[in-house]
Amino acid sequence: MSDEEWTAIRLSLKVSAVAMIVSLPFGLLVAYLLARGKFWGRSILNGIVHLPLILPPVVTGFLLLILFGRRGVVGAFLNEYLGIVLSFRWTGAALACGVMGFPLMVRSIRLSIEAVDRKLEEAAGTLGAGPAWVFITVTLPLILPGVIAGMILAFAKAMGEFGATITFVSNIPGETQTLSAAIYTFTQVPGGDAGAMRLTLVAIAISFAALLASEFLAYLVGRRVNIE
Amino acid sequence: MTLVVNAWQALGEFVLDAGFTSDGGVTALFGPSGSGKTSLVRVIAGLSKPDHGRLVVDGETLLDTESRIFVPKHKRRFGYVFQESRLFPHLSVRQNLAYGRWFAPRTARPENFDRIVGLLGIGMLLDRRPGKLSGGEKQRVAIGRALLSAPRLLLMDEPLAALDDQRKAEILPYLERLRDETSTPIVYVSHSVSEVARLADKVVTMKAGRVEAVGTPSEVLSLPSADRRDAGAVLTGVVEVIDIPHRLATIRLSQAQIVVPNAHAQEGLSVRVHIPERDVMIATRRPEGLSALNILAGTIAAIEPDGDGMVRIRIRCGEDILLSRITALSVERLDLKLEKPVFAVIKTVALER
Repeated sequence: MSDEEWTAIRLSLKVSAVAMIVSLPFGLLVAYLLARGKFWGRSILNGIVHLPLILPPVVTGFLLLILFGRRGVVGAFLNEYLGIVLSFRWTGAALACGVMGFPLMVRSIRLSIEAVDRKLEEAAGTLGAGPAWVFITVTLPLILPGVIAGMILAFAKAMGEFGATITFVSNIPGETQTLSAAIYTFTQVPGGDAGAMRLTLVAIAISFAALLASEFLAYLVGRRVNIE
Repeated sequence: MTLVVNAWQALGEFVLDAGFTSDGGVTALFGPSGSGKTSLVRVIAGLSKPDHGRLVVDGETLLDTESRIFVPKHKRRFGYVFQESRLFPHLSVRQNLAYGRWFAPRTARPENFDRIVGLLGIGMLLDRRPGKLSGGEKQRVAIGRALLSAPRLLLMDEPLAALDDQRKAEILPYLERLRDETSTPIVYVSHSVSEVARLADKVVTMKAGRVEAVGTPSEVLSLPSADRRDAGAVLTGVVEVIDIPHRLATIRLSQAQIVVPNAHAQEGLSVRVHIPERDVMIATRRPEGLSALNILAGTIAAIEPDGDGMVRIRIRCGEDILLSRITALSVERLDLKLEKPVFAVIKTVALER
């Protein structure tokens, strides 16, 4: 395999991992709000979270470009005050992948939060645990399988993400050219089939490994949490 | 310990408007399902907030809707034993027991982990998961977990209601030891006369969201009430003889003796017996050829018709009063009158320790 191909693989793994980890706290918060919150605009929040699932990825990418581009509302602010530039950088690719995977992550965590027996949280409260401790010691361990499933889904989505990424941060080798973009590039040049096939096999292997890892983690957690 | 609680809360159609005071010991909240017992205990625990109410424990105001005081549940330090044990499924029994202890203030942490584990007989279960325990075991662990959080007050909401009779019998002795060996005051919610008669120092009966009566078990449990199927006399006596082959214990009351199925009682022990009024028949002559072991002679102390065809007869036997519930027709046929000598035929007696 060429250096370029290795770079694309490494970049894809990095982008997907960062997208998954950075979106996790937001995913937990939004899932908790949607599952438990009683506030005005809950269905609006729900709609916004699910938009990337419904919109064409190119549209999502274009919206990100408008918002987070160098001249965009949020992008200009980030650049000026925090020195963070997202457009045409790998961080922008991570943002695009994170946004695309976000609804899947939120959905999975939300369902597991809704399945938690709130009576157990009540019992923890009577034993002296404040709300934060109840969340850490009771709610979080009980929703762990759902959280893991959500993380794996988000990771898998990020690995396969193409449309929004290429629209937002383009296809720059070594910076924003992820696995999917590299495969696409190979198919656009004569004689690139062999390279495309090599990367395709790598993509299959990574997806399979992620799936096995999630099954294994779910097994470990499931063995620990023996729900009656 | 002193506890004063008052609560007014509208829950849909149902209105809770009740309160009581306690000076420690075991206070039973007693009444049929839907009478508001659990709602009142949830107010005490801080699990629900009444529309109007006050809760003062040892001079500390934990709830006062007038002055907007509401101490949240995790700062009240009240142990709560729920009807379903509510053990944490992701923790072992040992971790469940340690959970509340961890949040208890350092100075109040009970140093008697082993003693409480021994008291409840759960030493063998420590390394197991709650999912692998029987109903009775779970409930004992739940009681231990609440006790080990060093509560100022233990609230028990029908802790035995979800268990079958055998499991109940397995746990009741532990509850008695708890009452006798720890100084933690208990509020015990139940709709079972036998549990209340056996455990309570003070009984608060509730009906339709209100407090109906307050008193000692023997005072309150014999009061007339249309929906109390188990109503009856609660008498105190001393175990005189144990007949081990027949598994019977003879109890001496003020005048008469009664025989109760129980081989575990100890001679000389002071016990309470509960005689449900529906299980007492009346005869004007001493009956013969009956299977009933207990036939007590007495005189009629009161005749109380309930206006619905049934009559409650109070029979004086020495200093004890037995209750019997018979039809108005029987009263006429037997020509029952005050001070008439009769025989009370007792079908069942339950020893309440």
